[in-house]
Amino acid sequence: MALAGGGSRDTRGLCRLSLPGYFILLVTLLNNAEATSRNESILHGQEVEGGNRHPDSSKIHLSRSLTNQEERLSVFSLDYYHVQIPFEITLWILLASLAKIGFHLYHKLATIVPESCLLIIIGLLLGGIIFGAKERSPPVMSTDVFFLYLLPPIVLDAGYFMPSRPFFDNIGTILWYAVVGTLWNIIGIAVSLYGICQVQAFNLSDITLFQTLLFGSLISAVDPVAVLAVFEEIHVNEQLHILVFGESLLNDAVTVALYHIFKSFCQMRDILTVDIFAGIAQFFVVGIGGIIVGIIYGFVAAFTTRFTQNVRIIEPLFVFLYSYLCYLTAEMFRLSGIMALIACSMSMKYYVEENISMKSSTTIKYFMKMWSSVSETLIFIFLGVSTITNTHEWNWAFVCFTLLFCLIWRALGVIVLTQIINRFRKLIITRKDQFIIAYGGLRGAICFSLVFLLPSHIFPRKHLFITSTIVVIFFTVFIQGMTIRPLVNFLDVKKTNKKQPTVSEEIHIRFFDHLLAGVEDICGQWSHYYWRDKAKKFNRNYLSKLLIRDKEPKSGIVALYKKLELKQAIELAESGQLSKVSSSASLLNKKPQKINNVSPDELKKIKDILAKNLYQIRQRTPSYNRHSLPRDTNENQVKEILIRRHGSLRESMRKTTRAKQSDAVKNSPFSQPQNARTTTRPRKKNVAFTVGEDSNLETDSLQLDNLSQSKLRPSPRHQEACGMEWKNEVHRENDRSQKPNSFGYDGGGVGSGNDSRRRPALKKPRTTSDNLEHHYNEHRRSRQGFVEFSPDNWRAESACEEDPEVNDPLIRKPK
Amino acid sequence: MGSYSSHLSKIEDLQGIIQETGFTKAHICRLYDRFEELDKNNKGTLSREDFQRIGELAVNPLGDRIINAFFPNEKQTLDFRSFIRILACFRPTAKDKTADPNAPEPINSRTNKLRFAFQLYDLDGDGKISREELIQVLRMMLEAQVTDDQLESITDRTIQEADLDGDGAISFEEFRKSLENINLEHKMSIRFLQ
Repeated sequence: MALAGGGSRDTRGLCRLSLPGYFILLVTLLNNAEATSRNESILHGQEVEGGNRHPDSSKIHLSRSLTNQEERLSVFSLDYYHVQIPFEITLWILLASLAKIGFHLYHKLATIVPESCLLIIIGLLLGGIIFGAKERSPPVMSTDVFFLYLLPPIVLDAGYFMPSRPFFDNIGTILWYAVVGTLWNIIGIAVSLYGICQVQAFNLSDITLFQTLLFGSLISAVDPVAVLAVFEEIHVNEQLHILVFGESLLNDAVTVALYHIFKSFCQMRDILTVDIFAGIAQFFVVGIGGIIVGIIYGFVAAFTTRFTQNVRIIEPLFVFLYSYLCYLTAEMFRLSGIMALIACSMSMKYYVEENISMKSSTTIKYFMKMWSSVSETLIFIFLGVSTITNTHEWNWAFVCFTLLFCLIWRALGVIVLTQIINRFRKLIITRKDQFIIAYGGLRGAICFSLVFLLPSHIFPRKHLFITSTIVVIFFTVFIQGMTIRPLVNFLDVKKTNKKQPTVSEEIHIRFFDHLLAGVEDICGQWSHYYWRDKAKKFNRNYLSKLLIRDKEPKSGIVALYKKLELKQAIELAESGQLSKVSSSASLLNKKPQKINNVSPDELKKIKDILAKNLYQIRQRTPSYNRHSLPRDTNENQVKEILIRRHGSLRESMRKTTRAKQSDAVKNSPFSQPQNARTTTRPRKKNVAFTVGEDSNLETDSLQLDNLSQSKLRPSPRHQEACGMEWKNEVHRENDRSQKPNSFGYDGGGVGSGNDSRRRPALKKPRTTSDNLEHHYNEHRRSRQGFVEFSPDNWRAESACEEDPEVNDPLIRKPK
Repeated sequence: MGSYSSHLSKIEDLQGIIQETGFTKAHICRLYDRFEELDKNNKGTLSREDFQRIGELAVNPLGDRIINAFFPNEKQTLDFRSFIRILACFRPTAKDKTADPNAPEPINSRTNKLRFAFQLYDLDGDGKISREELIQVLRMMLEAQVTDDQLESITDRTIQEADLDGDGAISFEEFRKSLENINLEHKMSIRFLQ
């Protein structure tokens, strides 16, 4: 794959391409490359016969027919050049993905060796093959390709999945580590390397201070993806998780910004004091400007999604397009594209998630993960491939000291900074945390690509830098990446009590954890920051109104139920799983038995059962993993718990509606429609949930909205499927009785619009029987029920009659 | 905090609360905000339904029990004073152990925390966690696929480990003893209620 090496970034000025233009631009870039010797592609293992090398016009005839003296019509021909570029790109990506499959087949391997290592090894092998076959260095990744195509998905992924509340809670610490820590590292490494270079014996005296500063700035970029992957396994303090994650993200932005500043310094002949100040000012402008650009784009994206209810299919596209545009715009103005992208994704996320459908949301998440995964894979493979080259310049002193200083300064930096910042924090950062932060400072893609960007004319020893960068990356990724997990386990074991906890201790500990989580939820999350409250108020009053369609607040429970398939839930109930729960009463009725002593191997079994089956505590901070979607709510567990508790939830729901009905028309914003209305439609039992929520699941209010009374049908034959109205889920293709405008309760007769503010979910004309029938068809048939709809009830909540014995989740009517 | 003082004026007997619970004014204000937030209908008291609206509590295995703990003795409403009194139990214990032995035990002492947890186990309030009560709690905390037999053997083992006087139930003292190795203060203290 021929990619131009060492291109500068000045050609980006004209690029305002959308993502589909990805490949087109790539094609243009690739066509600039050398056109020779592209025929052999060892990857698809085909040797081209004949010596004809003209790229565009030659067709190689593999005519199986008789003669080829003249230009006869060839039955079968091969034209590789026509498809060369997309073919090779696809092959690279396919290769990377196949490699990933390969690793995970050997599960043991995947746990010992982080993915990045394996990818680099593959890259090395490939590079070796190409080198061996062609006696020439393999192509090197262009920095344009990296910064324009490979980096944005990774940053977008990290920014989108960043949990905002913990992030902003710890923003001070994160900025402290990212900015001050990086500066510390840079200056430390630069100065000490310069000192080493002064030593005559090492033959390095032509390296100036600015060169080492520039080198230092690029080598300080930390990429702890491997560490984050480890966090999934070890039980990590949630604070630590967000610190490492946030620091890595901002660190990249800081590094890139400083890199450019130092590069300009390098290119200036003499440095005046005003230049230094200009440099500092530029740093801040770059950062803050990037954030502003990001926020603007984020809000525009959110605003756009407010109107996408008719074009659900392309909703994900908006998210990606706006993000990418944001990045490119920031780069166009020489601002920090990374900061812009982070700001854009974080500001967009909340509002967009409110506006788009569940499926679009899932699509966005999957695509982001997919792209970032592919990007990262490609980067590491290229890293491996580029290592096999004969242009390395090796200098023992430089390389070894670089590595040494990277480690030392990182460790020192973390220790010193933590001492200072711990004074200002409520939850202090422990030693184990510090160790993880320091040891988890792996270098990765950013420093790799930045080093290729070094201008050769001021860096006569560029290859030396490249070599040492590669060595540092290899060392950190391989050695540190592989050993961090055992080390952390070792540290964990040292701290904890050597004794195995007894069964009762385990149970009680888990009990306390759940209890504490529950009480903390009752207290709600709060911080002590004045600005946070202000921001929340601002958000509630202005932004949400502007950017969210219909201000449909989401409740925690509804959001969770969205993830449940109703059918599954009911099946679970039917299959008798729940009977176990309700039959705990039967256990109580048994006579109190003697306690049997438990034998040792039974003890082991007990411990196994506990280990596997105890419910997990709710995690506040969803863990981040580049290679899979976050399991922020452990869905199965949640499903089960909700189903089991639905009995009591149902009770409370019933009471709520009764209470609400009793204080009929009041100033309470959740007042019910008149009961008088109910008599006109005796058969309609419509139950819908609209819920009010503040933000981030802080408070929920369930509003049970009953429109009519109905008699309970005693016969089980009329069990009906109960549908919850999934917000945004109902498609409008099948609408028959669709109203042209989305407001108005006319025709349905369900009453004057007394609460346009209260029934956001009902404003949209939903389909009536069709969709829900479509959804619940088979299920309903199996239960011999039918969904009852009146054709002009366009509100499309399904009627739900219930047999008292049947446990059905949540939808109820008052008796 | 702009509306600080206006809130404080709404809270009755502020000094009494501070005395009893040990919270700072800022915390009390915060908790009052939260109280008002939970109280959707502005009744001035909380009911069970208000608690059940909290989404995260709904997916807590012990959700029901926790809510019940706030409404002892069949009470149906909860005023702010009781609310904050119960929450005071979860305040982190003070680091200094120079408490005057004659002073009444602070509300957030280890014993009180344990007692709170004990109450959650012991539904009928007889001062002992019987086998059935323990089975109920375990059933709530374990996934649905655990069979009854397994559940019973776990319960048996738990009681066996903790029960010192052989009566087949766990009294408060035995409960406390079985947990003496655990760093409870950390586990039963809400971090931001410092």
